[in-house]
Formats: sequence, C-alpha cells, structure tokens
Amino acid sequence: MTTTPPRPAVEIRDLHKSFGPLEVLKGIDFEVGHGEVVCVIGPSGSGKSTLLRCVNLLEEPTAGKIWVNGIEMTDPDVEIDSVRRGIGMVFQSFNLFPHLTVLDNLTIAQRRVLRRRRAEAERIARDNLERVGLTDKADAFPTQLSGGQQQRAAIARSLSMEPKLMLFDEPTSALDPELVGDVLTVMRKLAEDGMTMMVVTHEMAFARDVADRVVFMDGGVVVEQGPPHEVLGAPRHERTRSFLSRVLDPTQVAQLGQPEQSPEPPEPPRLPADDRHNL
Amino acid sequence: MKLRRRQRERLSLWLQYLAFIAIIAVVILAADWGRLREAFFRVDIIESMFPTIITVALRNTILYTLGAFAFGLVFGTVLALMRLSRVAPYRWVATAYIELFRGLPALLVLFLVGYGIPIAFPEREIPGGVFGSIAIGLGLTAAAYMAETIRAGIQAVPKGQMEAARTLGMSHFTAMRTIVVPQAFRIVIPPLTNELILLTKDSSLAYVLGVTAQTIEVTKFGRDTLNDRVNATPLLVAGLTYLAITLPLSQVVRRLELRYAKAR
Repeated sequence: MTTTPPRPAVEIRDLHKSFGPLEVLKGIDFEVGHGEVVCVIGPSGSGKSTLLRCVNLLEEPTAGKIWVNGIEMTDPDVEIDSVRRGIGMVFQSFNLFPHLTVLDNLTIAQRRVLRRRRAEAERIARDNLERVGLTDKADAFPTQLSGGQQQRAAIARSLSMEPKLMLFDEPTSALDPELVGDVLTVMRKLAEDGMTMMVVTHEMAFARDVADRVVFMDGGVVVEQGPPHEVLGAPRHERTRSFLSRVLDPTQVAQLGQPEQSPEPPEPPRLPADDRHNL
Repeated sequence: MKLRRRQRERLSLWLQYLAFIAIIAVVILAADWGRLREAFFRVDIIESMFPTIITVALRNTILYTLGAFAFGLVFGTVLALMRLSRVAPYRWVATAYIELFRGLPALLVLFLVGYGIPIAFPEREIPGGVFGSIAIGLGLTAAAYMAETIRAGIQAVPKGQMEAARTLGMSHFTAMRTIVVPQAFRIVIPPLTNELILLTKDSSLAYVLGVTAQTIEVTKFGRDTLNDRVNATPLLVAGLTYLAITLPLSQVVRRLELRYAKAR
C-alpha cells in the first residue's frame, strides 16, 4: 500500500461478481471518500446489496479489486477478521444474537475480538445504546424489542466496535412504516457526526436529505451518480427516471405490453416536498 | 327421522364415550385382581427392595446414563462439526462413523467395548471399570445419533447470525463457539433430551458386562429380586423407578422449550 497516500475509504475497481452463470455485478468502479455518505439506490436485483456485501467480503468478488481504508480486501492473504473490525455492517434482518441480552450483543465482540475488559466494554456499549435511544433496553432480549428497536440495537452493536466505515444493507426494509423514522434519525445523526457511510436504501427522502452522493445502479452497473439533487431531482438517464417514477409514484403503473421507453420522455419525477418519513 | 349436523356429531361423540367406558368396565370385571395383586403387588417384596433400589440401583442407572450421555454429547458435537467442516477427509470420516454406528445394535457395540477390546488389548484396561465400559459402549452409538441432531441444529441457525458475527471481526471458530453453537443447542435440547431418555433405558444393557452388587442397575436388580422371590412385583417396581426419571425429564424439556421460545 505504498501508492498515493490519501486513499479513499472505499475504492472499488472493475468489480465483477457472478453467482453461477448469473453475472450480478458487471464491472463496478466506485469510491467512497472519508466522511462521505453515499446512498446506493436501484431496482431489486440490480446488484446493490451484492456490491455492499463485497465491500466487507461477505461475498467473494469474481474479479476486480477492493480497498477499504487503503487495505486491499481482495488480497487473498488479507487478515480478513482484523479488517472487518473497522467496517460496521447493518443488515435488513437486524441479525441480533437472540440468545444474548442487548447489552451482551454489544459487548461480546468487544470482549472476544478487541479483548476489552468487561467494565470497559459495558461502558462503551451503554454509551452507544444511549446514542440510539435504547438506554432502558440493555437487559432485554432482542425478541422483546420492536423491529425499529432491534435495528437501532444492531447499529449500536456495530458502533461499539468503533468502525471507520458503516455499511447499511436496506436497514429499514423489514420495518413497519411507523418504525422507519427512528432508525433513519439514528442514521442521520451518525452522518452528522462524520461517519463514512455506504447505504443501500429505498428511502428516497433519506437519500435526498442526508447523502453527499447518490449512486443509481441497474443491471449490475452504475448507471449514474452525483449529488442527490441531480440524481434524484434531475436524472440524466432514462433508466434512472423510470425507476424514480416507479418508486415515487407507485400507483402510476406502466401499461402492460407497452415498452418501458415511452416515445415522449416522461417528466422528471418530482420529489414530494413533504415525505411520509419526516425526519 | 333426520338428524341435524350438530346432533349427528353429538351422537357420535356420546357413542364413542360409551364404547370406551364399556371396554374399561369389561377389563375391570374380567380381571382376576387377587392373582394380579399376588403376582405384581406384594407389599413385603416392595418393602424389601428399598432402599437398595434407590441408593444403589437407581444411582448406578443414573451414573451410567449420564456417563454415556456426556461421552456421546462431546463426541457427537465433534462429529457434527466434522460433518460441516471444509476439510473433506473430516467429513468422510464423520459420515462413515455415523452411518456405521447407527447401523449397529447398541448391544453389539457394548460387547465390543466390554469384551472385544479387553481380548484385543489384554494389557490395557478401560478406565472406570463397568462405568467406563458402559459410558463408552453406549456413548459410541449415542454419539452417532446426537451428531446428526446437532448438525441439523447448527444448520437451523440462520445464516445471518454467522454473517453478523463475522462482520464484527470474529473468526469462524469464535463465531461458531459463541454465536452459532449455543443457539444450535437451544434448538436441539428437546431431541437431545429424548436421547437422554433412550439412554436411561439402554443403561439396562449394563447387565451383559457382568455387574456386581455394587455396580447393579435398576433392571438387573429387578430381575435378580424376581429370581430370589419367584414373583413379578420387582418388575413393576423397576418400571416405576424408570418412569420416576423419564417422566420428569419430559416435563423439564417442555419448560425449557417454553423459556427458550421466549428468548428467540
């Protein structure tokens, strides 16, 4: 790692990923700067979750290179466990450990991986529970929490490892609509605190308000990227436009049998001024 | 006369109750209670069996069972992890072992350990005497069954648990030990307790190893007393002694299942 010193937090070069004969990622070039919040949007099956899971090597790339904080993840000899300590990840299905209390969920990796003492681990855990507004849930078991509380606990669990980068894989997709706001509030606060974040999401209002950059993926490639007001407000590509119009106005279904590209360019979708998730 | 649907259902229910009561009544009336009591319920024989049946026989039954269970659990967990290993030869060895020992009668394996090994290696002795032989002899077979149960339990833990643990920087081994296996054991507590109940009964096979007055267990004790007194009462007492272990065990399982259902 002796190349140009200031490397971005995440650097992806010509990333390909296939599952058997199915090529999910078809050559992704991509960067996330330190302290940057990048939201990845796109239709389901576009490869955005796979891209995210490649960053911490939950999926092994078929070809291409990935660096996180200057360390090459795709190096076969990478010390994967120690690199992952610096990369937090939040899953769609929370994945809290159901046999442990919330507090133990937050301390187990601190103690087993970072070798922190119990008192120190618990102090850090409680600090992070406070950060996500779950101070009173330390001794509860995950199943006693609502989905939104579970996801916030999962975020706190990642934060307890003091990561430099946080990956969010559709963190609110499994939540009841009324619980989404709490989780997004926590994420927004995290962004304001300067955390480097890569967020795969369908929450367009969050992307618009919080992201420094929005990346639109479709069919395994990055179609376009840029500041949210450009990608979401004035998308340049037809595919982006049609995706956004479907997401923002789901009732306006394209007529069956009609090709997706209509003869006259559809009006660029307007973001509703008042989104359903007021943050 | 045509009956309505509800009337038909009620009638059918009453007829079944009636038939059941009739059968019970016939059995009660036809049985020769005097002879049955003479053969199976001689109070003096029951009294003569206490306290030895508890202090020696039941104690040994429990010891043999726990010994075999502990051996089977440890060895079975190792086999289960081998079955799931990335190292192919581990998988082959574990699969071969499991197939082999599930296919052999427990009694044959017990003979093998109790007599076969001492003949093959006369200079060596299985530690713990009868206890060691029965723990290993029954444990070898139990391990094969438990391995399959534990493997299924490990595979039943959602993949996201391993992913979350690895994402936090845990090694595969640490994630297995602290996250996956503890959850797997919760899942397999009911089938493993079933195995414990089976072992409690299989511990009666200890008699083939030639038990003494000190190492006697419940079934052999019952049979010896039957020979002494030429009466079937000891079998009834022995049977009830087993139930005194096995029935509470199933009750414990039900409790545990409820408690863990809450934590999942």
